[in-house]
Amino acid sequence: MAQPTAGAGELRSIPALLHRNASQFGSSPAYREKEFGIWQTWSWAETEKEIEALALGLLNLGVNKGDFIAIIGRNRPYLYWSMVAAQSVGAIPVPLYQDAVAEEMEYVLSHCGARFVIAADQEQVDKVIEVQEHLHQFEHMIYLDPRGLRKYDHRRLHQFSHVQDQGRAAREEFIEELKARREPLTFDDTCVMLYTSGTTGKPKGVVLSNRNIIETARHSSDFDHLRPDDEVLAYLPMAWVGDFIFSIGQAYWTGFCVNCPESADTLATDLKEIAPSYYFAPPRVFEMQLTQIMIRMEDAGSFKRRMFGYFMDHAKKVGPKMLDGESVGALDRLKYSLGEILVYGPLKNTLGFSKIRVGYTAGEAIGPEIFDFYRSLGINLKQLYGQTEASVFITQQPDGQVRSDTVGVPSPGVELKIADNGEVFYRSPGVFVEYYKNPESTADTKDPEGWVATGDAGFIEDGTGHLRIIDRAKDVGKMADGALFAPKYVENKLKFYPNILETVVFGADKEWCTAFINIDLSAVGNWAERNNISYASYQELAGHPKVLDMIQNHVEETNLSVAEDEMLSGCQIHRFLILHKELDADDGELTRTRKVRRKIIAEKFNDLVTALYDGSDSVYTETEVTYEDGRKGKITATLAIRDAKVVPVTAKKIAAE
Amino acid sequence: MKDSVEGYTTADGRKIGAVVMEMKNITLRFGGVVAIKDISFDIREGEIRAIIGPNGAGKSSMLNVISGFYIPSEGEVWYKGSKRPQMKPFQVAHQGIARTFQNIALFEGMSVLDNIMTGRLTHMKSNLMQQALWWGNASKEEMANREKVERVIDFLEIQSIRKTPVGRLPYGLKKRVELARALAAEPSLLLLDEPMAGMNVEEKEDMSRFILDVNDEFGTTIALIEHDMGVVMDISDRVVVMDYGKKIGDGTPDEVRNNQAVIDAYLGVAHD
Repeated sequence: MAQPTAGAGELRSIPALLHRNASQFGSSPAYREKEFGIWQTWSWAETEKEIEALALGLLNLGVNKGDFIAIIGRNRPYLYWSMVAAQSVGAIPVPLYQDAVAEEMEYVLSHCGARFVIAADQEQVDKVIEVQEHLHQFEHMIYLDPRGLRKYDHRRLHQFSHVQDQGRAAREEFIEELKARREPLTFDDTCVMLYTSGTTGKPKGVVLSNRNIIETARHSSDFDHLRPDDEVLAYLPMAWVGDFIFSIGQAYWTGFCVNCPESADTLATDLKEIAPSYYFAPPRVFEMQLTQIMIRMEDAGSFKRRMFGYFMDHAKKVGPKMLDGESVGALDRLKYSLGEILVYGPLKNTLGFSKIRVGYTAGEAIGPEIFDFYRSLGINLKQLYGQTEASVFITQQPDGQVRSDTVGVPSPGVELKIADNGEVFYRSPGVFVEYYKNPESTADTKDPEGWVATGDAGFIEDGTGHLRIIDRAKDVGKMADGALFAPKYVENKLKFYPNILETVVFGADKEWCTAFINIDLSAVGNWAERNNISYASYQELAGHPKVLDMIQNHVEETNLSVAEDEMLSGCQIHRFLILHKELDADDGELTRTRKVRRKIIAEKFNDLVTALYDGSDSVYTETEVTYEDGRKGKITATLAIRDAKVVPVTAKKIAAE
Repeated sequence: MKDSVEGYTTADGRKIGAVVMEMKNITLRFGGVVAIKDISFDIREGEIRAIIGPNGAGKSSMLNVISGFYIPSEGEVWYKGSKRPQMKPFQVAHQGIARTFQNIALFEGMSVLDNIMTGRLTHMKSNLMQQALWWGNASKEEMANREKVERVIDFLEIQSIRKTPVGRLPYGLKKRVELARALAAEPSLLLLDEPMAGMNVEEKEDMSRFILDVNDEFGTTIALIEHDMGVVMDISDRVVVMDYGKKIGDGTPDEVRNNQAVIDAYLGVAHD
C-alpha cells in the first residue's frame, strides 16, 4: 500500500481525513474490537457510514455548533466515532477519564458546560446522573451498553444505536445541515479539548486545534515512517493526549487500523492476538511486564531458567548494538539467531511484540535495565518526551540513536531552548491554543512568541543534541548544604527494582535524604510464596522484617550508584520506611496518570516524614483511605524505620552552570 | 401486593406473570425422616422467588424436588399448566429448568469455555458420531452454540478467564462460571442453590447484581435458596420460609420479616 497522497490543502480536519481514507482505502480495516470472543472489524468505508449516522443523530438531538460533548468510557470504536461525529457537527469532543469519581467529573463537565454526554455503560451513566443537578447546561446523555439501564428515566437518556438509527432515518432532513457544518472546518477550528490530570490544582482544559493535531500527526508519522498497514492497540485512557494522537491523529492521517481490547482484564491476550506493529506504553507497563516475565521464569524448571539466563546475557551484550546497526562479530550473530529461535522469538510472541517496528515509551523515565531488556530482544523501543500542551511531541529518539538516559532530539518542527534556571521551553505547530476559560494560566505557560514552559529541568547534551531531563523544575531543589536535590532521579533508580512499585524521596532543604517506599505486591508476594513467608494483607507483607531487609539492600545498592554521579551524590537515602498502604489516585496521592503528588503526600504523611528525620526506630500512624466505591475508612499501622548505608561523599562540587 | 391469577406488579415496576410452577402439598420422606412436610407454594413467571430457612430446614431437598432430582413421596408438581410426571433430571432439563449447586459441580480440568458449552448440550441435536467427525450439522451447530455462550461470557464479564482451566480459579469466580453454565442453557426457570455461600461482601454484591440483571435482561424466572438474609430480602420478590420441613411463612420480604413465626425460627424462642 502506498503512502496517502498528500493533498494537504483540503485535509484540514479529522472528518476530512476520514473522507479521504474512506475513498482511498475504503475496504481496509479502520477499527477492530474483540467482542463475543471474535475480532469484529469495520473498514474505513463502514466507519464513515457509522460516523455519519451518529452525526445525523446528534443533529436530530439538537447539537449546536460549538457545543461540548463529553465522552466517557474505555477504548471502544463507538467512542472514537463519537469524537469524530462530534467534530463533524461542529461540536467539540471532551474525552474524560473513565475511572474518575463523580465529583471530578462534575468539575470538568461544568467547567466546559457540556450539553451532551456519551457514556459507555451504566457505571458512567450513574456517575453523571449523580451530579447532573449541578450541571446547568447538561441536556442529553447517550449510552452504549444498555445493560441495567432499562428502567431508567429515558427522557434525557438515549441508546447509542437508536441515535444512529434515528440519524439514518432523518438523513434527508439533516444531510445538508451536516455538510454545511462539516465542510467548512478549518485548521483553526478546535479539534478536541483535553483536561490535564494536574499534579497541582484543578484540571485545566487544553484546547487543541485541527492544526495542532494534524500537523503533529503528519510530522510524527513521517518521522517514524508509519504506514496504512500498521496496527495499534488502543488501551490507554481516551482522555489522555497520547491516545488521541495515536488512535485518532496518526490513525486518520496515515490510515492505519486501531484495535480495541475486549476488556481491561484481557489486555495481555488481546495484545498477543493483534501483535501491533506500532506500540506505545508508559514505563510502568513495561516494568509490570518485565516483572511478570521474571516471576514466571523463577517458577520455571531449572533447564529453562538456565537457558533463559544464558541467552538473555548474550542478548544484552549484542542485541542493542544490532538494533542500532553497529557491527557485531559473526559468532555473536549466530548465537543471537539461535537465541531468537529458542528464547527471544517465543518470548516476544507471548508478549505480543513479534511485529513491533516502532515502540515508544514516555511519561516518565524508564529504567536502563528495563529499556535494555526490551531492546536486547530486538524490539525497537524508543523514548519520547512530550506533554498535552504540545500535542505530545517535543523530542523523540530517531532510529539508531536510542539511549536510555536521553529523551531524544527535537521532533520535526519543534524548537527548543533552555532557560537560565534549567527549565526547558519549546515552540512548535503542535502548541496548544489556550487553556479553556483560563487566560491567566495560558499567559503563564505560553509567552506571546509562542514559547511554552515544560516545567521540567534539563539540558541539551553537547555533541549529540539530545535532550536530557533531570526532574520537574519545581521539584529540583537544594539541600541544606547547597547540593543539588533531584528526587525523581533517585526515585527512578529505586523503582528499577521489580520489588519496588513506587517511592517518594524527601530532602529539599534538609541535611540528608529519606524515602517512602511502596513494595510491588505481585513481585514481593511471589518472593514471599517461594520463601514460605505467610502474609494476609499488603500491610502485613510491607511490615515483614525480611522484606525490610530486602528493600534495605536495594536502597544501599542505589546509594552506591547515586554516589557515582558527582552532581547528585548528596541525594543518597539515609533513612527509609515502607508505607503501610499503596499510594492511590483515589486518595489523591497519585494523579490519574499515576504520577506521585509530592506535596500532597508530604502533607498527608507529615508524621512519617518527621519520624524519618527525628531518629526514631518506629512510628505509629493513622491514615484515611478511600475505597473504590467512594466510602472512606481508616487504617492504622506501626512502621519500622531503617537506616541505610551511604557512601561518604568526599569532594562535593556545587552544580556549576 | 395484589396477588391475582394474572400476576402482579412489583414496587420497581416489573410485571410478574402467571404461575409457572406450583408445588401442591409436597411431602418428602427418607425412610422414617420427614424432610419436607405438606408444603405448597407457587413460582410466578419473571419473579425472583427465594426459599430460606435455618440449617436442616429442608431447603435443598425442596430445590431437588423442583429440579426433579427427588421424587416427592406425596403431592404434585405442576409445571406450565400440567402435572409433571416422574422424570429423570435430564428430562427436566429439557423442559427448560437449569440449576447451580451448593458445592460447585464443574469439570475442574476443563476450560471455562468448555464448561459453559456443556450447558448447551440440551440444545444440540447432532450425535456423537457427527460431532467427532465434524460432519453434517455439527460445525454449524457448534458455532451457533458458541455464540450463545460468548454472550453469556460477556454478560457475566468473565472474558479474561475464557481459556483458563476451572481448577485454577478462585471460589467466587467458579460460582460465576457455574451460573454461566446454567444461563447458557437459556432456562425459563433458573434454580440457584446458595449462590452466595462462602463469598465475601464484594463477591456477594457482584453476584446479587448478576442475578438481578439476569432476571431483568432475559426475564428468567429465578428460584434461589440462600442463607444470607440481607441479600435475600434485597433481591427477591417473594420469600418462602421453611423450618423443620414445614412452611412457616410466605410473602414479600417485608411480610416475612415481620412474621412472628419466622422471627422465632431465626432467633430461637424462649421455652418456659
